[in-house]
Amino acid sequence: MKTFGAFLLFLSSLVKRGESPRILFKRTIDEAILIGIDSIFIVGVVSTFIGAVTCVQISYNLTNALIPRSTIGFMVREMTILELAPTITSIVLAGKVGSNIAGGLGTMRITEQVDALEVMGINASSYLVSPKILASLLVFPMLVILAMFLSILGGYLAGSLSGALSGQEYITGLRSDFIPYNITFALIKSVVFAFLISSISSYQGYFTSGGALEVGKASTNAVTNSVIAILIADFVCAQILL
Amino acid sequence: MIEIHNIHKTFNGNKVLDGIDGVFESGKMNMLLGASGTGKSVLLKCIVGLVKPDIGSITYDGRIFTNNKLDIKQEIRRKIGMLFQGSALFDSMNVYENVEFPLRMLTDMNRAERAERVEFCLKRVGLENAGKKMPSELSGGMKKRVGIARAIAPHCTYLFCDEPNSGLDPLTAIKIDELIKEITMEYDITTIVVTHDMNSVLEYGDNVMFLYKGKKLWEGHSSTIMDTNVRELNDFIFSNRLMRDAKKIEQIEEEEQRQEDEQNAKK
Repeated sequence: MKTFGAFLLFLSSLVKRGESPRILFKRTIDEAILIGIDSIFIVGVVSTFIGAVTCVQISYNLTNALIPRSTIGFMVREMTILELAPTITSIVLAGKVGSNIAGGLGTMRITEQVDALEVMGINASSYLVSPKILASLLVFPMLVILAMFLSILGGYLAGSLSGALSGQEYITGLRSDFIPYNITFALIKSVVFAFLISSISSYQGYFTSGGALEVGKASTNAVTNSVIAILIADFVCAQILL
Repeated sequence: MIEIHNIHKTFNGNKVLDGIDGVFESGKMNMLLGASGTGKSVLLKCIVGLVKPDIGSITYDGRIFTNNKLDIKQEIRRKIGMLFQGSALFDSMNVYENVEFPLRMLTDMNRAERAERVEFCLKRVGLENAGKKMPSELSGGMKKRVGIARAIAPHCTYLFCDEPNSGLDPLTAIKIDELIKEITMEYDITTIVVTHDMNSVLEYGDNVMFLYKGKKLWEGHSSTIMDTNVRELNDFIFSNRLMRDAKKIEQIEEEEQRQEDEQNAKK
């Protein structure tokens, strides 16, 4: 409870005496480029293969001749949009972006760069952390949309190449019983996960004390706590929004 | 001028500062002297506001800093320049951007004015050609110089240096001390230097405050520090063999002078 209280105080410090909108905007764009561009490759690889594996495994389990093969496309789409793209992508990003944020801030803390900002009269938490959170809120949904597209494409390629189903069957399945709200649900989840990852990682990094060993610990804690928070939030979102 | 009154600070039941009073004058090198772990850096952090004292007050030119409104604190902080022990340069920025940073954040200067000021500050610390270098490409001494340039860039009134010559070779350490002294006198800045280097104190210090186990044990001009009767201070000063030898030579010279004076008096 004490840590949670400290976390809430940390979040409130971000909005008190924040930086000017001009500086905040510029910093947010810089962070968005860093978080977004650097994550495209890993998100692309993970989501393509997850889509492919999903397609192959569904095909392996779908042995009933009465169920049309197009159901595979339908199931890949539903699983991708509802769970795999937002949640798995966020877990991957918790590892990549979360550790990066915690490591970067932790290093700045132990090398007194954060103190240097404070001495200048700059709200260090607002200057350093707010742009990271805003950039994550902006970029994560984009990465999740990319992950959805690539995952479904991966399923298409795996299904076609393995002969599990034809391309036409897969597309028929993709187009059947589509519920647009599911996309909204996935994007809401991605925003929630973005906030959790960026804020938890920033908190872990910002309050690092000690030396290089503690920076490593902060990065590990950032990833571990973010992943746990994602899974809990995933359940809560599903309960509330579906 | 900075005044501190009755500063107390405790960490986890461990008393680090115990009722420190003092006055730090402008245009002078005010030295905070003491062994490691005596509370020098904590006192410095209390003065700049990085650590909040449990009890006590700090005033900058008569304006109360501790427990004052945030706006006033910010206003005072914008006149503060600080050189950190590890220089604390921003890794992601080159030298030019590091020095420009406080100008960009704290002033209304346009790009051309900022460029002019950055060039002036870098020239002042002898690094006019290093603007494009990254902090990782700099030597320890160069990092300190960039730290000084960044500190003085927004026309600071108060300069704080936390062990400015630690980790430097003796020659570079002297150059950094000289630079700080020159800047202090040139711009009439109130400078506080945390150090345990007796050479810095004797060569460049004006007012010296000696801390021991969180208490102020001695305060005075650097020229009188060798003649004090405070045991802890003497133990600190003469723990260095060079200082002991210097003291012996001084005593021998004084004795010779006294004998010469006596002989002259007899004649």
